Amino acid sequence: MTINGEKKELSGRVSLSELLAQEGFRLERIAVELNGEIVPKAAYADTFISEADKLEVVSFVGGG
Amino acid sequence: MGEDKFILGGKEFQSRFILGSGKYNVELIKAAVENAGAEIITLAVRRANSSGEGNIVDFIPEGVTLLPNTSGARNAEEAVRIARLSRELGCGNFVKVEIMRDSKYLLPDNQETVKATGQLTKEGFVVLPYMYPDLNVARDLADAGAAAVMPLAAPIGSNKGLATREFIQILIDEIDLPIIVDAGIGRPSQACEVMEMGAAAVMANTAIATAGNIPLMASAFRRAIEAGREAYLAGLGRVRESGGEASSPVTGFLRD
Repeated sequence: MTINGEKKELSGRVSLSELLAQEGFRLERIAVELNGEIVPKAAYADTFISEADKLEVVSFVGGG
Repeated sequence: MGEDKFILGGKEFQSRFILGSGKYNVELIKAAVENAGAEIITLAVRRANSSGEGNIVDFIPEGVTLLPNTSGARNAEEAVRIARLSRELGCGNFVKVEIMRDSKYLLPDNQETVKATGQLTKEGFVVLPYMYPDLNVARDLADAGAAAVMPLAAPIGSNKGLATREFIQILIDEIDLPIIVDAGIGRPSQACEVMEMGAAAVMANTAIATAGNIPLMASAFRRAIEAGREAYLAGLGRVRESGGEASSPVTGFLRD
């Protein structure tokens, strides 16, 4: 699967919340798109990731 | 000035200075926001760092309204996607629509901006579109549900001032929405001037971020914007096209 354009190997069946925690993201500061669809925070624990998935994880940065 | 509220998207603001948060060290954000007296701060949405350390939101004082932009969007579809993600970040439903196809002058694509404004309004966003000051497009944006219109003064980041002055004045005169002058304002005097003209607010980022002393420049802009607003509310004195007119009495001179 890919996170923010980088390929990652999955170690077994993993939920979105486990994957985000493994990757070290701060959940209160991110939003997530899975294959182009936004995943609400409440659904992280019940969303399971497969090899073909594309994940985008975004946060706020400084900008005009 | 106590009664002079700035209302945007159903919220009341005292400050008419919208501060951009780009290009500076996050450590300076708090001082800039405080000295600016800003109640609205713009942000951008980008791919997250996995560390999440030092996220800009951690440095913005409580109670400030966040105004995410859609920078990076090249068309309406991309802007809508970024806006939805920004709302998912959990800091409200304000969005500054910013769509550019041109990376040299960074001029907004007005047509795509109208499309995105319509779509995002339907989805419940408070939409503030950044645009090239064109009266017809401003009317289309108003019809599409924009909460304000944000015409540019000069190219983004240029600090060149009021290159589009006459056209901004047309928007102020003709559009029944707050006109927030965004981009290109480089000096407090220019911010003051657009406020005198009747702009509802000024947005600035680069003018502050590239100043020698960021908090001091934030303060200078705050005062200039307040002065311009007061002058607008007071009504400027008239201009005499030729000749002078004595301010002192024209009788009682000490002469024969």
